[in-house]
Amino acid sequence: MPIQYYIYLCLTLFSIGIIGVLTRRNAIIVFMCVELMLNAVNLLLVAFSKMHHSIGLGAEGATTQAGIDGQLFVFFIMVVAAAEVSVGLAIIVMMYRNTHSVDINFLNRLKN
Amino acid sequence: MSTTEILFFLLSALAVFSAIMVLVSKNPVHSVLWLIAVFFAISGHYILLNAQFLAIVNLIVYAGAIMVLFLFVIMLMNLNAETEPQKHIWMKFAGAISGGCFLLMLVSLTRQAVEMGGRNAISGGNIGLIKNLGKALFSDYVVPFEITSVLFLSAMVGAVVIGKK
Repeated sequence: MPIQYYIYLCLTLFSIGIIGVLTRRNAIIVFMCVELMLNAVNLLLVAFSKMHHSIGLGAEGATTQAGIDGQLFVFFIMVVAAAEVSVGLAIIVMMYRNTHSVDINFLNRLKN
Repeated sequence: MSTTEILFFLLSALAVFSAIMVLVSKNPVHSVLWLIAVFFAISGHYILLNAQFLAIVNLIVYAGAIMVLFLFVIMLMNLNAETEPQKHIWMKFAGAISGGCFLLMLVSLTRQAVEMGGRNAISGGNIGLIKNLGKALFSDYVVPFEITSVLFLSAMVGAVVIGKK
């Protein structure tokens, strides 16, 4: 599969995530769109890792481990995302308890 | 057209459609369910790329744990389509336009990239199997792996401290 196909797919998913962050006001949906962007990047990392693996297969033979770093990066990104979600949702719950809403437009009090 | 290509386009269409449905759903619970569909499609892509370990981890961690957490919080807050705050239509339009411009710019950059010509993401190879990944994880990446446990501990303590008061 040409690498361009994966790049186009991941760009589309990433842009949908950006549009979601820009157009929605519900804090939870915004957070979910951030997760979507993280997943698009993960998929692109795996595709590039397989691309490097195919280059390594041609250069070094069948026992090469080229490209394995990309998949480990994806693993660590998933770990960090899990930690981020737990803290972020705790913050959203606290915000809901204080303002009884998840509207991000209430969060402009630091402005003045 | 080979089976791999058909599966690729099928999974891509499913992923993009579900991602759009995440945006346009009024009900937050529906958004979460569509996001789970996106994660399943991405896991299918991982399997197509012969990265089975990441496919299973993606399903367990994202679709299993994180999305349940999201659903739980949404149900705790009793959100539904009526209480959903909406942006002004012009703001939505501006957001969609700027996101579309971003997509257009990156796609044109990718089309111009000479380096990418003739490169393939193969579905063969065995670096995605758990044996090879585990070896690399516990030899080259053992320090980041241990730091991860500290990160999880701090995240756990942070979530409890923030949620308690």
